[in-house]
Amino acid sequence: MKLVGFLMLPAGWFLVLAAIVLFASLPLRATFVLAGIAVEMLGLFLAFRSHLIPREEKR
Amino acid sequence: MLPPRLPEVTTAACLFFIFLVPLAAAGLALMNVGLGRSRSAGHMMMASLTALAVAALAYFICGFAWQGFIGGPGHVLNLSGKNWDWIGAEPLLLRRLFFDGSYASLTALFQMLCVGFAALIPLGSGADRWRLRASCLSTGILAAWTYPLFAHWVWGGGWLAQLGVNYGIGNGFLDVGGAGSIQVMGGLTALAVTWILGPRRGKYSADGMAPAIPGHNVVLVLFGCVLALVGWIGLNSAGAILFTGGELSGVAPIAINTMLAASASSFTAALITKIRFGKPDASLTANGWVGGLVAGSASCAFVNPAEAVVIGSIAGAVVIFSVEWLELRMEVDDPGGSISAHAVAGIWGLLALGVFGEIQRPIWNVAGEPLAPGANGIGSGQWLAQLIGVATLLGFVLPLTYGLNRLINRFYPYRVSVEGERQGMDLHELGAGAYPEFVTHTDEFLPR
Repeated sequence: MKLVGFLMLPAGWFLVLAAIVLFASLPLRATFVLAGIAVEMLGLFLAFRSHLIPREEKR
Repeated sequence: MLPPRLPEVTTAACLFFIFLVPLAAAGLALMNVGLGRSRSAGHMMMASLTALAVAALAYFICGFAWQGFIGGPGHVLNLSGKNWDWIGAEPLLLRRLFFDGSYASLTALFQMLCVGFAALIPLGSGADRWRLRASCLSTGILAAWTYPLFAHWVWGGGWLAQLGVNYGIGNGFLDVGGAGSIQVMGGLTALAVTWILGPRRGKYSADGMAPAIPGHNVVLVLFGCVLALVGWIGLNSAGAILFTGGELSGVAPIAINTMLAASASSFTAALITKIRFGKPDASLTANGWVGGLVAGSASCAFVNPAEAVVIGSIAGAVVIFSVEWLELRMEVDDPGGSISAHAVAGIWGLLALGVFGEIQRPIWNVAGEPLAPGANGIGSGQWLAQLIGVATLLGFVLPLTYGLNRLINRFYPYRVSVEGERQGMDLHELGAGAYPEFVTHTDEFLPR
C-alpha cells in the first residue's frame, strides 16, 4: 500500500504536466489538472494509511 | 527586463528586510524548543543551530548553483516548442557571484537565510527522538538539492514561473514570501521525517488512546511567535522586491497584511479551542499564529487587508483541525505542529492567492519582458497556476524528500535508541541537560 501510494503521487503530477503540454483551452487543462490532483490525493491517503501504527507496536 | 542592479535605496531597504529574516528562524527555533520536552530542549536548540550552519554550507557549495536567479543561466528542456527551465546552471561555490549589491548577490544572501529557515521546520516534528547527526544529513539534502530545485522553478525563473509566458496560465506560479518554496517544502519534509521516525514512545497506547504530551515552556513558544512576526515581515517584503519586482511603496501594505493574517489566524485558533475545550489552548494558538503568517506570505503583495483577514481566519481553522486529524486519525506524532502550520497552511495560502489575488502591476518572475496585468485575459487562470504549483509540491517534492530521507535512514538510522529517548536527548546526545539546576531534590521537601 505504501509503494502504491508513493507511486500515485508522481503519477498524478505527470497527469498535471501532460495537461499543461497537451491542451490549450483553459477548461480542458483545468479538468485534467484537477484529475491529476485527485490522483495525488488518493496517493496521499494511501501513504497516510500505510503509516498507521500496527496495534502490537503501540506502547 | 529585470534591472541588473536595483536602485540604491531599494537595495538598502532590501538588505534591511533580508537582515530581519534570521529573526523568523530564531522564533521558530524557540517555538520548537518550547513545544518539546525539557529533557530535549538543549538538543533542539543545538539542532537548530547546526541546521542553519549545514544549510548555509550546502547552499554555498551547490545549492545556489542549482537554484540560480531570475535571468541567470539555466538548463532548459524543450517540450513541444516551449522552453522549460528546470535547473540553474551557476558554477559551484558561488564562484561567479560578485558581491556588489547586484540582484544576484541579494538573491544569494536572501536564499541562504531562507534555506536555513526551511531546514528548521522538520526539527519541530522530529523533536525528542531525531538524532543530531541524522538531522544534519537530512538538512544537507534539503539545502543542496530539494530546496534549490523547487526554488529555481518558482523564484529562479523556472518552468513554474514560466507558466504565464509559455502557456498563458495567469502570471505563472506566484509565491511572494515563500509559502511554497520555504514553508510547504519544510512542512512536507517534516511529514516525511515524522513517518520515518514514528511516534514518541508512549504517544499511542494499545487501547487506542493518544495522550497529549504538552510542551515544556509555553513562554518560549509565544515569544517565538512575536520574533517570527518581525522576521516574516522582512521575508515577505524582501521576497516581493526580489521575486515579483515590487517597489518600496508596496512594503507597508505587505507588513499590514502579514500582521493581519497572523492576528486573524491566531484569534480563530484561540476561539475554536475555547469553544471546543472550554479554554483557549496556548500552543494551538501559537500554531495558528504561525499558520496565519505562512498562509499570508504567498499573497501578501496581491490582496487587500480584508482579504488577508479572511485568508488568516481560514488558516487558523485549517491548522487546528489539521493538527487534530493528523494526531488522532492518522497517528502522525508532530510535537511542533510543523506539518499543519507550515505544509497545510502553506498550501491553503498558495491556493488563496489564486482565489483572492489581484495583480495590478507587471510581475518580474521570469527573464525578459514582464507580463502586463491582464495580459492573459481577466481571470485567465492564476488559480490554475497555483493549483499546478501545489500539485508539484505534493506529487514531486513529497515523494522526493521522503525517498531521500528514507535512503539516509537506511544507512544512518534517524531514531535515537529506546534508552536515549527515555534518558532525554540532552543527556544522551550532548552529555548535559539544558536546565542543570532544574532538579527536584527530595531533601527540599523534608520538614526542617
